[in-house]
Amino acid sequence: MSATPARSTPLRRDPEHGVVAGVCAGISERLGIDPVLLRVGFVVLVIATAGLGAVAYAIAWLVIPANGVTSPRERAPTRPARVRRGGWRVAAGAGLLALSALLVFRELGIWWSDALVWPLVLATAGAALLWRQSRAMEPAAVDATPPSASADPPTAAPRRAGPADLYRGGFGIALVVGAALLFLSANDALGATREAVLAVLVGVMALALILAPFLWRLGRNLAAERAERIRSQERAELAAHLHDSVLQTLTLMQKRAGDEREVAALARRQERELRSWLFDGRRQRDESSLAAAIESAAAEVEDAHGAAIDVVTVGDRRLDGPGEALVAATREALTNAAKFAGGAGTIAVYAEMGPERAQVFVRDRGAGFDPASVPADRRGLRESIVGRMERNGGRAMIRSAPGTGTEIELTIEMEPA
Amino acid sequence: MSGDPSRRADDAEPAVVIVDDHAIFRSGVRAELEGRLDVRGEAGSVEEAVRLIAAEHPDVVLLDVHMPGGGGVEVIRRVARENPAQRFLALSVSDAAEDVIAVIRAGARGYVTKTISGPDLAEAVRRVRDGDAVFSPRLAGFVLDAFAGQIPEAEVDPDLDQLTLREREVLRLIARGYLYKEIALELSISPKTVEAHVSAVLRKLQLSNRHELSRWAVERRLLD
Repeated sequence: MSATPARSTPLRRDPEHGVVAGVCAGISERLGIDPVLLRVGFVVLVIATAGLGAVAYAIAWLVIPANGVTSPRERAPTRPARVRRGGWRVAAGAGLLALSALLVFRELGIWWSDALVWPLVLATAGAALLWRQSRAMEPAAVDATPPSASADPPTAAPRRAGPADLYRGGFGIALVVGAALLFLSANDALGATREAVLAVLVGVMALALILAPFLWRLGRNLAAERAERIRSQERAELAAHLHDSVLQTLTLMQKRAGDEREVAALARRQERELRSWLFDGRRQRDESSLAAAIESAAAEVEDAHGAAIDVVTVGDRRLDGPGEALVAATREALTNAAKFAGGAGTIAVYAEMGPERAQVFVRDRGAGFDPASVPADRRGLRESIVGRMERNGGRAMIRSAPGTGTEIELTIEMEPA
Repeated sequence: MSGDPSRRADDAEPAVVIVDDHAIFRSGVRAELEGRLDVRGEAGSVEEAVRLIAAEHPDVVLLDVHMPGGGGVEVIRRVARENPAQRFLALSVSDAAEDVIAVIRAGARGYVTKTISGPDLAEAVRRVRDGDAVFSPRLAGFVLDAFAGQIPEAEVDPDLDQLTLREREVLRLIARGYLYKEIALELSISPKTVEAHVSAVLRKLQLSNRHELSRWAVERRLLD
């Protein structure tokens, strides 16, 4: 055993380079002989032994594993090409092998009838073709060797059946059926068979005609039932939601009917909730969205101060550090606007967010003021808005004059990543 | 008021009909508009709306986006067959961008949300009657989202399909809650020019068949 050089490969068939199953190619590779020489020698051997050589070949095919079985890593990349090419040759080889095997049996005296020969050969070839085909359809099953799947390139993915595959498959079936018919006709059994086949065919067609409408309707009913089930689920969900939210709020509003401000706030909050449920339900806005953060900040201020705030957003970006500061400054600006101008119409928030810049405008319709005259101790404006923006590399601009309302512009700019 | 021909004069009250499938909402709008506009009737379905509009020939149709049987888009489509000049103003609680853009593309000359105040709504109707476009901040946001956003400034070509820089400026100011006259002041242009820009944007929205617009709508539906 130790005499075997460590680097020498074990004997493997090489179907990739082989004519039939790669036995000769494998042996030639192992021995270092030209495979063509080996093949010629082999054919001579087959003829000389009256077919015994073919039996030997078949045994070798069964016994010698194909190369790559133990090392899928090396084999995998080339495998699909092999699967594609091999079909016809293997079928022809299988047919020839069957033929020679039969010749051997005949020579040995184990024989029944000459009528057996061609059907058997054709059937073998057809079966080989089909066998090959079924393996080609599910390459993953062939690959079920060691789970080194991670190393396998994606070429190991199951192949779709192309027209060539169908053609081969159909030809294989035709070969087998032809073989059966040939055998039957050779045994004069075809006459009876023809009638039987005809009877079966007619029966199948009649059955298809009878069952087709039924099956079709069954399929449709199943689909309709499924759709109905989904619909009723949706209806139940909707009813549950409306009950938990809208109906409760309406009851509350009837109880508080005297307090105009409270009723307006309730209605507005309910509207926002329902709106977000109806229209944002399909938006998968997550925690990391700047637009979503601004919207929820506006909602908080709306709830806390009972002001009406309309938010319009364009674009979006990830919520990062400067983004958080922008949201906090926006919240502060909104709180100011709600406190001092909440009674004077809707507060408009416009946020435009892109990869390089995020900008928020908060505009109210209040009395307005002179920014220069804001006392230094008004921390809200100076510290929470202007200071916060500047600390985070942004800027805040306040535009206001008595009688025109106020607009606060918040900007952060990022360097393009 | 009968259909006397003088009603189209600029100072006359515009004749409107209200199309919405919610009776409560219709009567609410009607109550707000009585005295400001000439409300000719209400319709609660697509069929009713088509009949009413054909009978009354209002200056402006206040149209709900969402209605059974095809919604506002269907009303516009069927009325336009007989009377392509009929003017519509979409009035909706819908926040779904694709619905709003769809009704604008069908031919509505503007979109306002149902929370709009009575005087503002009357003003918007008047503007639509006069042939101008009415963009609410939200609609301006949708349009900016659909058109601008991704297009780098350098690649804007004079194609009909894209917004000019000035048009985008106007839209941004609308989105920020500015009134037309405030926009005019801010940009140092006349209010008429502001209206011309908004009308140009509306025309681009309606004529544009660039596939980015529909892709944008589809993406919002699927991903957002």
